[in-house]
Amino acid sequence: MIRVIGMAFILIGITFDFFGVLGLVRLPDVYNRLQAATKCVTFGSAGILFGVFILQGFNNFGFKALIGIAFIFLTSPVSAHAIARASHRSGIPLTKETVVDQYQEDNELKDN
Amino acid sequence: MTIKNRSRITVFILSFLVWLALTHIGDIQEVIAGLIVAFIVSMIAGKFLITTEKSEHIVKRFFSAIIYLFKFLWEMVKANFHVAYIVLNPNLPIKPGIVKIKTDLTKDSAITVLTNSITLTPGTLTVDVNPETKEIYIHWIDVLSTDVEENTKLIGGRFEKLLTEVFE
Repeated sequence: MIRVIGMAFILIGITFDFFGVLGLVRLPDVYNRLQAATKCVTFGSAGILFGVFILQGFNNFGFKALIGIAFIFLTSPVSAHAIARASHRSGIPLTKETVVDQYQEDNELKDN
Repeated sequence: MTIKNRSRITVFILSFLVWLALTHIGDIQEVIAGLIVAFIVSMIAGKFLITTEKSEHIVKRFFSAIIYLFKFLWEMVKANFHVAYIVLNPNLPIKPGIVKIKTDLTKDSAITVLTNSITLTPGTLTVDVNPETKEIYIHWIDVLSTDVEENTKLIGGRFEKLLTEVFE
């Protein structure tokens, strides 16, 4: 039974990782791609690690998987934030469908 | 004891516990190496963890943190189905843009948690924070409005009340 539950978590994780990668290919610019990549890959990888924890129980592997979940949750949004900010500052344009960019407007106000 | 030293000792204990969890405890060499590494880490980066004096209502804040964790996990599941819906839809229904919201949180740690939560919840990604004016710039995959007040309610309002209880 525990084996089935653990496998189910790993399967869910892989599915969402797949959606994240699909978003990485399909969405237009770097910011939209980051959205898909951060959310789905964080959740997917956490799901896989949690499945490993359930399969292994409280031993060496299980503990490492749990700590891995905590570190992914802490670091993944921060790195996405850093990439998004760096690309905006180095002038990578947003996609054509973009409706508003208040960050750009405020930066221009500051420069003038 | 000064705040800096208390912070260093906390960091030392925490990093040593993480080391023990990551390695095989039975081996004495691992434990000694962990002590040395934890000491170095707490000397270099130890002073940043705790920056304020002892705070009140530890129990109440702890329960708020638990409630927050569950709310956050639920929002995150929603976010993942949202992304799945977008990437599986043949028309790619996106309307992206960068909007601005305001926050009332004052502590650095609270703002960090808020922005990380915003990144992991449906359709939003934090791009930059302006600590002086307390404005957060957010890339939104499906822009509903460009009004600052309304966006603050829509994006930040989900977490802000709970985070105020947890951190202040």
